Amino acid sequence: MARSFSKGDPGQVAYINARLIDPWDGRDEPGALLTEGSRIADIGPGLFSDGVPEGISTVDCGGHVLAPGLIDMRAFLGEPGFEHKETLATGSEAAAVGGVTTIICLPGTNPVIDDAALVEYIERRAREYAVVRVHPMGALTNGTEGHEMTEMGLLAEAGAVAFTDGDRFLADAQLMRRALSYASGLDLLIVQHLEEAALAGSGCMNEGELALRLGLPGIPIAAEVIALERDLRLVELTGGRYHAACVSAAESVTCLARAKARELPVSAGVAAHHFALNETAVGDYRTFAKTSPPLRAEEDRLAVIQGMRDGTIDVIVSDHSPQDQESKRQPFIQAASGIAGLETMLPLALELYHNGSLPLMRILEMMTAAPARLLGLAVGRLEVGAPADLVVIDLETPWRISEEGLVAKSKNTPFDRRPIQGRALRTVVAGHTVFEFTASA
Amino acid sequence: MATAAPHVYPHRHLLGIEGLSAAEITVLLDRSEEYVDQNRRVDKKQSLLRGRTLINLFFESSTRTRTSFELAGKRLGADVINMSAEASSIRKGETLIDTAMTLNAMHPDALVVRHPHSGAVNLLAQKVDCAVINAGDGSHEHPTQALLDALTIRRRRGRLDGLIVAICGDILHSRVARSNIHLLITMGARVRVVAPPTLVSPLFDRMGVEVHTNMETGLEGVDIVMMLRLQTERMQGSYVPSVREYFHFYGLDYQKLAAAKPDALIMHPGPMNRGVEIDTDVADDIDRSVIREQVEMGVAVRMACLDILTSHLSNDPPADADAAA
Repeated sequence: MARSFSKGDPGQVAYINARLIDPWDGRDEPGALLTEGSRIADIGPGLFSDGVPEGISTVDCGGHVLAPGLIDMRAFLGEPGFEHKETLATGSEAAAVGGVTTIICLPGTNPVIDDAALVEYIERRAREYAVVRVHPMGALTNGTEGHEMTEMGLLAEAGAVAFTDGDRFLADAQLMRRALSYASGLDLLIVQHLEEAALAGSGCMNEGELALRLGLPGIPIAAEVIALERDLRLVELTGGRYHAACVSAAESVTCLARAKARELPVSAGVAAHHFALNETAVGDYRTFAKTSPPLRAEEDRLAVIQGMRDGTIDVIVSDHSPQDQESKRQPFIQAASGIAGLETMLPLALELYHNGSLPLMRILEMMTAAPARLLGLAVGRLEVGAPADLVVIDLETPWRISEEGLVAKSKNTPFDRRPIQGRALRTVVAGHTVFEFTASA
Repeated sequence: MATAAPHVYPHRHLLGIEGLSAAEITVLLDRSEEYVDQNRRVDKKQSLLRGRTLINLFFESSTRTRTSFELAGKRLGADVINMSAEASSIRKGETLIDTAMTLNAMHPDALVVRHPHSGAVNLLAQKVDCAVINAGDGSHEHPTQALLDALTIRRRRGRLDGLIVAICGDILHSRVARSNIHLLITMGARVRVVAPPTLVSPLFDRMGVEVHTNMETGLEGVDIVMMLRLQTERMQGSYVPSVREYFHFYGLDYQKLAAAKPDALIMHPGPMNRGVEIDTDVADDIDRSVIREQVEMGVAVRMACLDILTSHLSNDPPADADAAA
């Protein structure tokens, strides 16, 4: 059903009867939008008030939200090397279902994306097989091994939008300092996974009473805070732009707020599962709830939501980590980390709107304008001339997440059977509808 | 299950002590008591489990626990098969789940499982049709050890309720400590854990125990001193500076024992590191040490567990017996 967005001309499409929401400029009003080819051609409250002219196809949004397509700043797509877990095709189809029109994928593939040719390979494969836009982050160090920095400038020219060692923390403080310093000259963004590896040790869940009862080694919050505090010092030394990939702990939010108050060039992301779940999801050794960083205590979850509300945390990510059955059906300590999150990011984020935690505008900003600004993307806004990447969102209809219902290749979700409200009804990339929800499904 | 009548152990498996009620624990201990007497007779063999198959599946080496379960099974008349990680296909990369499915297809009646990782036995139990007994999973639980310790104490002191028990040593990594904490607290004993701060967490107080880091204060006035084994890899610099220093501050000798009640019993799940966590004379003190008695109780407890769990099994052939053949 999903079609490629890079082939053919979608012509002119009128999206009428919509609630236009664009966090880029704060727009929230009833109206319509016209796309022409791959771009937005017109927008406004009065547009098509006299009806849609002939020759333009019409999409009636039914009063639902029409927003810029979502940008997921952190997802692992298995190509190359882990095609049994996810491919650009399956991952992008999952994204489309979740209202995501741009995926920023991680470099921890095999081989690692640490060479300009591999960036081009991903871009080319994505144009061919993906139904949404895919841009890779480049590796920060060769092989993500933490020893020497990659050719960041050349990788950026090839299309890498930021630099990270994925789920590895760059432990070498000297190298991190130089990487931040070097990147500052090219205005590149460095993204760090916050986990001081020696302190985390063999830990596999949040350190605390539950881990103690289960007899599982814990990862203390200090492992995240030490990593963050160290990096913030290096940002101060270098002025390099720095992004904390996934914040999980209350103390990290406090650290970030301090750094932002001092106007350091720092930003942070949060994975949907870190505001949707706490450590009790691990329960009786449920490996689907094993994540990195781990799910934390309830007070951490609440602090993370507060950080999202007050702007300390900038973006929401899926942290999509597809894992096959064999990797998850293991004793907890041996099981792989991660959640297949592309399809559930938006509905989980909408929970925060329904329970009054965050305004809808802020929630959508964290998945559109905020990542677009951080990464310097042309998408993520409803502007004349901007790429026609859109999502129609039904905010209200209740449904249940189901593992079998996921289209991602790996279906490792801890949210199976979770009642939820709201979903993407239609996902549009470059003027092409790449996903349309059908209620019978 | 909450409405089950007293004097019944209503669960299909024995995966841990946590969550069991005092009544359920008492059922297991009372039955064990009967087997103690039987085991002291010349003819120890029964035919209660004749035709039943017990598989001992050990992913971590063990001599005493495996032997204890093997004896328990044989004395009840079951066919007992031992599988260890060294000889099994685990070494060939087969997953735990595959192993479970394979063994399940052979229709065992009970599986006794030891595994180096916490939760592994719970995982395996979800995939098989027979009764599963946890013989120790990682740092999680070792329920039959806690039961045999409780039986030993109950026979010597006549009760568990109101006793003060100190568990000393590597609490952090110990499944024996966790099972004993759950059992003793449930049965109304007071529990202290005593260890250097690197081998215990202050969060243990959430399980209802007192946390001590000094042996003299930890042992003050206790009825029972339960020593734990310190793994070799934790002795030299990673958790404690050296064996010598550990023994100096945390090894059980007569000097430290003087803080306990004069008739306090000394226990150890074995195998002991003499001169590391326990002084040799203390370990062999015939008036105080019940370490060998614990081993004897172990067989009785495991017979009781096998008896009770297999009594829940159907005597009908499995529904898929024909299809499987």
